[in-house]
Parts: sequence; C-alpha cells; structure tokens
Amino acid sequence: MPYKILEKRILTPVTKLFRIDAPLVAKAARPGQFVILRVREGGERIPLTIADYDRDRGILTLVIQEVGATTRRLGAHEVGQEILDIVGPLGNPTVIPAGGHIVGVGGGFGVAALLCLMRELTARGDKTTVINGARNKDLLILVDEVKKVAKNVELCTDDGSVGFKGFVTQRLQQMIEGGAPGKPDQVIAIGPMVMMRAVANATRDAKIPTQVSLDPLMIDGTGMCGGCRVTINGQSKFACVDGPCFDAHQVDFDEAVRRGKMYVQEQDVAAKKLAAAAAGGV
Amino acid sequence: MPVKSAKKTKMPERAPNIRNKDFLEVNQGYTLQHAMFEADRCLRCQEAACVDECPVNIPIPQFIHAIATGNMAESAQILRTANPLPAICGRVCPQEAQCEMTCHMVKKFQPIGIGHLERFVADWERSQAPPPVSQGKKRKEKVAVIGGGPAGLVCAGELARLGYQVTIFEGLHAPGGVLRYGIPEFRLPKAILDWEIGMMKNSGVEIVTNVIVGRTITLDDIMDKLGFSAVFIGTGAGLPTFLKIPGENLMGVYSANEFLTRINLMRAYQFPESDTPLKVGKRVATIGAGNTAMDSARSAMRMGAEESLIVYRRSEKEMTARVEEYHHALEEGIKFNWLTAPVEIVGNEQGWVTGLKLQRMELGEPGPDGRRRPVPIPGSEFIFPADNVVLAIGTSPNPILVKTTKGLETNKHGCLVADEKSGLTSRKHVYAGGDAVTGAATVILAAGAGKRAAEAIHKDLSGGK
Repeated sequence: MPYKILEKRILTPVTKLFRIDAPLVAKAARPGQFVILRVREGGERIPLTIADYDRDRGILTLVIQEVGATTRRLGAHEVGQEILDIVGPLGNPTVIPAGGHIVGVGGGFGVAALLCLMRELTARGDKTTVINGARNKDLLILVDEVKKVAKNVELCTDDGSVGFKGFVTQRLQQMIEGGAPGKPDQVIAIGPMVMMRAVANATRDAKIPTQVSLDPLMIDGTGMCGGCRVTINGQSKFACVDGPCFDAHQVDFDEAVRRGKMYVQEQDVAAKKLAAAAAGGV
Repeated sequence: MPVKSAKKTKMPERAPNIRNKDFLEVNQGYTLQHAMFEADRCLRCQEAACVDECPVNIPIPQFIHAIATGNMAESAQILRTANPLPAICGRVCPQEAQCEMTCHMVKKFQPIGIGHLERFVADWERSQAPPPVSQGKKRKEKVAVIGGGPAGLVCAGELARLGYQVTIFEGLHAPGGVLRYGIPEFRLPKAILDWEIGMMKNSGVEIVTNVIVGRTITLDDIMDKLGFSAVFIGTGAGLPTFLKIPGENLMGVYSANEFLTRINLMRAYQFPESDTPLKVGKRVATIGAGNTAMDSARSAMRMGAEESLIVYRRSEKEMTARVEEYHHALEEGIKFNWLTAPVEIVGNEQGWVTGLKLQRMELGEPGPDGRRRPVPIPGSEFIFPADNVVLAIGTSPNPILVKTTKGLETNKHGCLVADEKSGLTSRKHVYAGGDAVTGAATVILAAGAGKRAAEAIHKDLSGGK
C-alpha cells in the first residue's frame, strides 16, 4: 500500500509536518492514537502520535521532530515520495470526561498531537485552552492551527519573544492559581518527558486530573515486544496497548526518562553514519 | 539386500566455535548421497505409526521411498500436497517427539531421519524451476486470513489451491509471524520463508501488510463491507509473559520476543547498516528452557556475549526445547543452570541490570502435565551477575482482535474457543487455529490447524465440492 506524501511543511529547521495518503489509518484514527512507521528496508520502526486526520479524504497528518537517523531520513522526504510502511492507528484513544475547563499543554512538537483532540473537545462544547510553548518565537509551531481548534490559546516562550515569558508549566501554574483563562478542571500534556513530569508535579497538589501521552521505545505497537514497559502506580504496563495516555500522577517518570535514553549511544552512531553518508554524497 | 545402518545419518553441521559468531544456518543439509542412503533405511511399514503421529499426516514412507528410488519430483509432490511448508517444518519440527518417536527402528536402533529427509526434498524442490501454478477451478468467494504466521499461511495456501480468492491481513511490515520475528536465521533462513511466501503469492494469495485487524479495520468490516464470505484467525500467541518480580523494568531486561524481534525481524545484528540496535553485554542470562530460550541464548552468543547462560527452575529432564536445539546450544558454549529460579532482578543506580537474585529449587511431586514440580529451597538465595536478562517463559494470545470483535468466545487463558476439528469459532463463518487457539505450541500444529480449517471453510462455502 502506498503512503504517499501529499503535503510537506517545514515548521522549524528540525520539525516537519506531513500530510500523507493513508486512507485506512485516517478512517479509523481517534485522538490520542499513534502510528508506527518505517522509512526504508532495514529501517527501524518508530512510534509517532497522530496529529490529525481527514477521514473523508483519507489523509493522515504527522508532525515529526528530527532527532535520530530515522526521523532525519523521514524529514528529508518530499511531496510525492512514499513512506515505506505506516501501521495504525495503535493504542487507545484519549478519553476525557466532558465538562469543565480542559487544558492541553503542548511542549515543542507535542502540541501537534493536541490538534485532533482539542477539535473534538471544542466541538462537543467543552471550554478548551491550549498552552503552546517553545524556546523562542521561531520554534513555536502550529500557532494558527491551534487557534482553530481551541477556544483559548496561550503562547509561551522561554525568552519572551512572543506571548508569556517562561515555561508552559509556569503559565499553567498561573491558571491553577486562578489566572486567566481560568483554573483547569482537567489537563492533558504532550511533549518532552521532562515537561510532562513538570506538568504532573504542577497539578498534583491542586488535585487536577491530568493525563500524559507516553511514547517510549517500541517495535510492534501491539503488545508483542514489551519494550514499551512503563510503571504506572507501581504496576508494569505496556504503553502501546494499555496507553499511550496514563494518569500523570501515577507515572514513574524517572524510570520512563531512563528507559527513553537506553539507546542514545546507538542513536548517535546511526546519526553520525547518516551524516557521513550525506557528506560523502551517498 | 544391503545391510541397513543402525544409526541415523548425521546432519552435516557448521563447527560450533565458528557458527556461534554469525547468523548463517547451522545445519547444512543432507547431500543426495546422504539422503538416498538414509531413505533406504526406512522399513516402509504397512501401518506406519509415523504418519498418524504427524499433525498433517504426511505419507512419510511414500515420500521417503520416492527419495530412495531417486524420484525427487515425485517425493516433493507427495510432501507438498500434505504439508505446504516442508522446508520450514523439516527444520523446526520437534520430530523426536512426533514422527521419529514412533519409528519402528527406534526400538532397537535410531529412527529414520524423517525431518532431515523432509528438509532435503524441500530444498531440492527449491533448487528446481518453480512448479507451474495449477489452473484449477476458480471460485468467486473471498476468504480473509488474519495473521500471516504458519497457521494463516497454510490455511491461505490450501484455500488458494481450492480456488478461493484469499487475502492475508498481516499486522507487521512483513508476513511470516513467528517464522520471521521469532525463529533465528541460523535455524531458518529468511530466504526460505520468502520463497515459500513467494510460492503462495504465485498461487494467487494476496498479502496485505500493516493492517491490524481490530485497529486498522475490524473483523465486521471484513465480512460486511469488504465482501469476504469467511475468515480464518491465525493471530498466534504473541504476548510475552513477564515474571512480575521486582526489577523487570530495569534497562537491559528484555522479553525474548523483543530480543529476538530486534535481531530477526529488525536485523539488529547488522546495526548500524540496519537501523535497529540491541544492547548485548558480556554476560547474558536467559530465563526458561524451551525453544525460544535456546534461540535467545544462542543469539546472545552471536551478538557478542562472552557468556550466555540459561537459568531454569526445573532440571534437564523437564526442559521443553527440541533435543537438537539443546545439543547445539551445549556445543556452542551455552551454560545451563538447572533448578534455579529468579526471585528478583537487581540493578545499579543508573537503572541498568547487574544480575539476578536466584533461589535454588528441588523437584517435588509431578504436576498435572506429568513433569515434576520445582519447589524452592528456603534460604538458598544467591546473586547471579548478568548484564542482560532475557525472559523466555512463554507467551499468550494477543487480545486486540477479541477485544474489538463482538461474539468471539475465549477461554480463561485468552485463547479463542474453536472446534477441534473444523476450527469454527463462536461466530458463523469465522474460523481459528494455531497458537491463538492452543496457546504457544509448534509450527506444525499450527499448520495442521490451518489446513483443517481450510477444508472446513471449503465445506462451509461450497459443501466441499
């Protein structure tokens, strides 16, 4: 089955948005689910949260950040090219009980994964806010798209080049303390592990129900390898079939952070090899 | 009449200290001379017990006699009609517990090397021009097969032979199931699997990869919207069992599924030419003593471990691995620690595994399966250093399909309830077989179930005509 790239947008030098022809996945996708893809023969399988989908046209939207060899290879794909394999949707859709003020916190490219979720929540009548944060203005992504799907959008940059000056968690803290646009009743955070941990810490004392979307290393995404084990409330769970969303206050983040770095050395080896091949014109 | 050899003709093998450093096949296969000599040992029993013992009832004396008389094409034809995956089963079947166990020669001598001969004929067949695709009756009914492992492949192959339009829906990016992700290259080269799958495609079977039924599409979609008249479920037993002891989430602890999938499906042994890595330290401990444990321990050696050790709570006598795998593992330097069970996995401050806390066991009364049960010896705990721990203690069926499909009955182990003969499940026109029904078992049992289900589907859709 071809997974042809229909549109590509460069959001930052390392963040790319792809709209891909993937009718079966797009038709079945629900907010919070993910896909696994592979970009070449011998390539690894990597999980990516679904940013958005167009059921009628069978189009899947993915936003990727170039970190390792696979995401760099993918980032170099152009419109008209095909992605070798895409399987999904995997994992359980995010379930957020209706009512109250629902705040989505997106750090870095994590905000992309809030698009389809927030659209659905806003459409069903919830008060929705997205805190969209990045290091600076140039790295802030999908600003216009997020505006379309959430009632309120709060921009944050570490350097204050746009919006609130500070971390997304600091902006969230203001809201928890009653600042505009109001205290959250539920929070969902998607982004780097350290950010999700900080969000969990911020909402814990205030007892605000909070979910995080985890994307640990995995191979099949169907419960077969068990590589994506995370500890939730002292119990080992598979992020692929039991998650990927979990109660943020029960996640063992220390373990999740450690396990996420298990192959950093190898990731480096692969990235260097790719860079050397590119320099050599191969 | 020439005197028959008392001993089974030995399978040529690569030297242990060479083969345990690469992933090339260990067994090199009989030569024509070996095969004809071995085939001549067969007594051609009138009532051949070996045939009854074979899950797909291969006419064993007949295919062996054809070898003895030099009729390889005839032998291949006899074999393939009964078993659509002969090159694979010849390599991975536990013959010593099936056909060869019942061989009349066993009473006084060694059995006929039925498995080795099966492999020989299948390999011969592969070296010839592909047989012409049979232009039999074509039928309009479409049958869907969920899962491209041994059960699904055999079911699909049989149905295609009967003229049905067959589509296999495979969840991974390549078909083969456990034959691709589980069994290592040194036991079953992927080229053989690819050849068998190629044959199937030639016979008209369509294989759609990257479709997880229950997620990408549902079983009801398949029957109601996509126009399939019947479905065979061969989704296997892919869910790894963990021990639920402290330390299992330490880094460097793997399920055998993950360990072997990284190596076999993802080719971690070719990293960084391939993209998927696998961290293997100096000392690798594998828990369990079945075929998967042998595959893991032997793969660990090949991935560069200096020591590869099996830890098993029972003794040598109760282990479930094929005899050949056990012998090969011993030859390759795998060390076995019997009557020891892990109670904890221990690690360092960085979260990496450093070893196992083991407890010594003794054998008690036999359990329901007839094997003596291990009983812990109090106060016998000790620390067993290890850089990696691989858990090869079993698998169970994947619940994704059952959870997302109405009306599919399962038992308390999560196995699909299916009629033993036909494979019919609790839903009309939906059949199942292989590990999804039995729990983790063998390739040939899965093949047998796939074959029987194909016959039942044929009856269901066409009255068997």
